[in-house]
Amino acid sequence: MALLDINDLTIEYKLSDGKVRAVDDVTLKVENGDVLGLVGESGCGKTTLIKAVMGLLAKNGKAVSGQIMYKEKDLLKLNKNQIRKVRWNDISMITQSAMNSLNPVYRVGWQINEAILEHTNFSKEQANEKSKSLFDLVGLERDRLEDYPHQYSGGMKQRAIIAMSLALDPNIIIADEPTTALDVIVQSQILERINKLLDGYDGSMILVTHDISAVAQTCNKIAVMYGGKIMEYGDIRQVLKQPNHPYTMGLKNAFPSITGEKKELVSIKGVPPDLSKEIRGCRFKDRCPFVIKKCIEIEPEKVKTEKGFFRCSRYEEIDKIREMSDDMETWNNCNGE
Amino acid sequence: MIWKHGIIVMENNMAEVKNKVIEAINLKKYFDVKVKTNGMFREEREVKAVDGVNIEVLEGETLGLVGESGCGKTTTAKLLLKLYNPTEGKIICNGMDISKLKGKNLKKFRKEAQMVFQDPYESLNPRYRVKDTLIDPLIIHKIGNSYEERYEIAKNILEESGLRPAHKFMERYPHEMSGGQRQRVAIARALVASPSFLIADEPVSMLDVSIRAGILNLLRKMISERNLAGITISHDISLIRYISDKTAVMYLGKIVEYGETEKLIQKKYHPYTEALLEAVPNPDPDIKLSLEKIKGEAPDPVNLPKGCRFHPRCMKCMEICKSKEPETVQVEKGHYVQCHLYSK
Repeated sequence: MALLDINDLTIEYKLSDGKVRAVDDVTLKVENGDVLGLVGESGCGKTTLIKAVMGLLAKNGKAVSGQIMYKEKDLLKLNKNQIRKVRWNDISMITQSAMNSLNPVYRVGWQINEAILEHTNFSKEQANEKSKSLFDLVGLERDRLEDYPHQYSGGMKQRAIIAMSLALDPNIIIADEPTTALDVIVQSQILERINKLLDGYDGSMILVTHDISAVAQTCNKIAVMYGGKIMEYGDIRQVLKQPNHPYTMGLKNAFPSITGEKKELVSIKGVPPDLSKEIRGCRFKDRCPFVIKKCIEIEPEKVKTEKGFFRCSRYEEIDKIREMSDDMETWNNCNGE
Repeated sequence: MIWKHGIIVMENNMAEVKNKVIEAINLKKYFDVKVKTNGMFREEREVKAVDGVNIEVLEGETLGLVGESGCGKTTTAKLLLKLYNPTEGKIICNGMDISKLKGKNLKKFRKEAQMVFQDPYESLNPRYRVKDTLIDPLIIHKIGNSYEERYEIAKNILEESGLRPAHKFMERYPHEMSGGQRQRVAIARALVASPSFLIADEPVSMLDVSIRAGILNLLRKMISERNLAGITISHDISLIRYISDKTAVMYLGKIVEYGETEKLIQKKYHPYTEALLEAVPNPDPDIKLSLEKIKGEAPDPVNLPKGCRFHPRCMKCMEICKSKEPETVQVEKGHYVQCHLYSK
């Protein structure tokens, strides 16, 4: 059985003038040892999805259907105290913008100790020892535990946050845009650190980001999310080398590269769909250059692949579409707006 | 001067003379800071944010400025726009020294030099409609005679920026637009008064990957069509490669390598350039990240290391690097490196 098993999950936010369906019928499995990359544009629902897993949904957000199964428990059905035991002990999180997630008036070591003391019956000395070994693990000097966050650089803060997420040896670590605010050298140092940690780690990780290159460097599975739905899921090499969904193909073209010949970049025109309205047909239809009548009328079903699935009504012609997607003209001719 | 390459570009034996739009000569900016020395006393120290930078940009050409955060890229940009006054050095824009400009002449310069900022969520006035944002500069610089005329100018530039139908976008407020659309408005605003010089500071870092390419293509198109001198600032060298003709690699206030972008990327003369290139994550899962070219983090700019500023992190560090600052060496025509590896 999968470690984390999300089944047909739908999450809606109530607004003063209606509802927004941020996560729509998402089914996702994370096996032990998986490193799953969850990619998508801002507003595609990826953060809502992991917030639901952590039991941190905003007050107006609610899971209207589905389950999040972890160790034969449905996380959605747990009360506040029960989920508090799961959170951090079993599932921990590396938050977005580490710059702001440390408390500026407490020493970093104190903050890590607090997390340990809160959840275990360690003595203070034991907690201290644990913090020190965590700092070794993420490559920070032990005496920096005595420092305040403002004495750290951006990369060091991010590492301290990673240390904190590992404090209770969780089974699942969720990293939400761990490198987005950092510059390239620090980013690659953090990614390398994550890779090293994963090597000797018995558990799983979910990496949430909009940057597919970060996913390519760390993950073994990838889920591409668009407008609240998972559009493509599968093995990292298969999805990135041979994408089956036009959206994934478009994302690949949008990346400037440092190796190989300099080539024209194309963006996917238009904007993501408005999730407060009912969507008819495929949700990528307005931005897809391969749209046909069927796409507008019928919501595409899941098409199974070897290790995953994708949602596209033109699945039979996908090889031809993939070939066409390499031609930049295809994307320029699409009237997205 | 050290970095002086010809302003005549030879192409097919035809001499095409390109004007130098902006030039910085030995530009320096030091900030005074107070640092705690031993827990109790504070001492005045200097941060050498920009320390002897020479750059020049010709019309129709884009210079990429690349480096880690804190290396002085943005300070350089602000100096070139006269948003800061330099501690030392000269900036010449269209043949005029801008350091002493005041009043009327300064306003004239403001029209010539424009900037696109990093965060389009913060750089547009939330209470201005797009048309107000675009027409304001025209009023300030007395371009156009009537409201209608100005409206037309603004509408045309908006359309050129890819926001169609322009008359509809003219009426919108920033909160009614996506990040990419806002950044297009910011670009339109920068160009509406027809400047000759445009700086884009991390123009896409706040935007989603799927729409970045559109903004980069727009900037490229505008710079070449309008024959502007462009400077693009980023920490991501793959993005600089896409948009710029020449690249300057900056490290702790100094330009450590300067030359044509493609050559710079192929030859990787400076060890820091090599490290920057290596750090770019690749969307191909078969090419794995390696970090053998650099160690540690950038040092504190208040306590710069002796000798070459890069030596504590450099993998090719030699004895001389620890004591002597490297001179700028021309390794190829128009290609300059500050590194002892190439000193004679």
